Amino acid sequence: MKRAPDRGWPSTIIGIGLVAVMMFPVYWMVNASLQPAGNTLQGGWFPLHPDFSGYATALRDQGRNIVTSLVVALGSVALSLGLAAPAAYALAHSPVRGTNLVLFGVLITQMVPGIVVANALYSAYNDLGLLNSYLGLILADSTAAVPFAIIIMRAFMQSIPREIIEAARVDGAGRLRVFRSVVLPVSRNALVTAAVFTFLFTWSDFLFALTLTTTNTVRPITLGIYEYMGAHTNQWNAVMATAVLASIPAAVLLAVAQRYFAFGATSGAVK
Amino acid sequence: MRSGSRPVPDRCPTLRVDTGAEDGAVAAGAPVTGAAEEDDKHRKDRALIRARRWERLAQWMFIVPAAAYLLLFFGYPIAKNLVMSFQQYTTTTFYTGSAPFAGLQNYSKVLSSDLFPKALLTTVLFTAGSVFGQFVLGLAFALFFQRRFPLGRVLRGLLLLPWLLPLVVSGTTWKWMLDPDTGVVNNALRGLHLSSSGIPWLTGTSQALASVILVNIWVGIPFNATILYGGLQDIPAHLHEAAKLDGAGPVASFRHVTWPLLRPVVGVVLVLGVVYTVKVLDVILVVTGGGPANATETIATQSYELSFQQFEFGRGAAMSNVLVVISLAFALVYLRANRRARNVWEAVA
Repeated sequence: MKRAPDRGWPSTIIGIGLVAVMMFPVYWMVNASLQPAGNTLQGGWFPLHPDFSGYATALRDQGRNIVTSLVVALGSVALSLGLAAPAAYALAHSPVRGTNLVLFGVLITQMVPGIVVANALYSAYNDLGLLNSYLGLILADSTAAVPFAIIIMRAFMQSIPREIIEAARVDGAGRLRVFRSVVLPVSRNALVTAAVFTFLFTWSDFLFALTLTTTNTVRPITLGIYEYMGAHTNQWNAVMATAVLASIPAAVLLAVAQRYFAFGATSGAVK
Repeated sequence: MRSGSRPVPDRCPTLRVDTGAEDGAVAAGAPVTGAAEEDDKHRKDRALIRARRWERLAQWMFIVPAAAYLLLFFGYPIAKNLVMSFQQYTTTTFYTGSAPFAGLQNYSKVLSSDLFPKALLTTVLFTAGSVFGQFVLGLAFALFFQRRFPLGRVLRGLLLLPWLLPLVVSGTTWKWMLDPDTGVVNNALRGLHLSSSGIPWLTGTSQALASVILVNIWVGIPFNATILYGGLQDIPAHLHEAAKLDGAGPVASFRHVTWPLLRPVVGVVLVLGVVYTVKVLDVILVVTGGGPANATETIATQSYELSFQQFEFGRGAAMSNVLVVISLAFALVYLRANRRARNVWEAVA
């Protein structure tokens, strides 16, 4: 292994210091969410007397929006993987004519500002009745995820040995069956990575929530926080409690799925 | 850790796939022997051709749904946006359905407005400041976490959190921390007697831009650190050892070994940084809302405001096309200058 030599605890102390500085905003958000209601000037550096009224208010006001975000994010994961996994497989393993064109298209998407998509979709959605709908948000939010998922999964699927696929083909398995019974199970890690990122992208979406919803029937939590912040500047504890609730998926996924996207997990792709 | 992204050979199932009448199964017939069966051979050839054609079709069936989606949700918006930018597309369009052709009026209005040069400058400053800060600090973090020490992995994992949090959450938290009167940053500065009145982080025109850059740097450090860390891991350790044997100190070793070998990855990180930062909207909308006195208006926020606050969709489209042109121009210039990076970019993007 090509690694620097082991260093001891002094490095750990510096590392903790660095992470503490980087994490301070996160700490401060949690701390603020546990303060009593009101202007938080009197709030201390530590939540010595945690007060959960902020959470009660947040859940009452924003509970529905959290569910909305969950529905949109899960819907987007299903849609994105459903579209991206077969495409990634075909692009990785059967060099058909036009492969480069598709890949080029995927790259171009990275440069398209979300506001361009939102601008055009608003009028289209208005005609189609997709404004303020779950489906509309799921479709729009997946724009961030589909290209990314194709890239991640294609990179992985290219490393699947051809022999396995050919062996299954010789055994008489059809293309679809090979995909379902060989490629997908072997690519589990890549699927999980793509799913996790899709979930986080969609859960974090703000632009499409802001532009493609006009009422509060379908309102994701990000938009909820934004509008909350405008309306309740004297209830920072509730605003911050909502922010903490909106951070839970990121924290949970980081804890559970860390090995899938640890620092450097993308390094395999950067070659 | 990195093996997580590799298939483990012994986990590849030794498949017992029953012969199914599935789509496009390979016509894996044994080669035909015997000249007497000419006819049979022809039939098999034809079957083979048909199977191949079916095969190609089946391959496309895997791509078509994703390609259709990308066309509908990227191709169509790009085209529609282009059309809208030449139309007088406003709220009335939604009622009457008419969007009269306006020629270059939208572009001339947008480009000649007093705000445009300022927004352009702000975009450049915001992008340059953010990308530079993210890169330098990200590289520092990546270099530091190259070391192996107790808890190193855990700390490295925690460092990803700022990147994974919704931008609205980070923005809201920072907005509150930077609040000139009640924010913790000014409280700390006052407590340490570094500033008696506090710094108008969000209310001063020059400070506000610095503040959004600061927030965006904080958001971007983990991404930069992750990619650069990966690049560092790929540099063979024996090169550093050789440099050390030759008497090179850490600085010389970095300059002559690490940096040259990291260059391609550096290029990728910087280009992606620019392409992603130019279009940033959430951070600015949440932290300053473009204010005070338009001090943090960028081309992206301008485009948003034209379309969704003033309902001048035509002009908003024109403005966002300016953004696309900037982004494309930058990427093309870069790709021409450094073709080598293209493959890498393809892999990371």
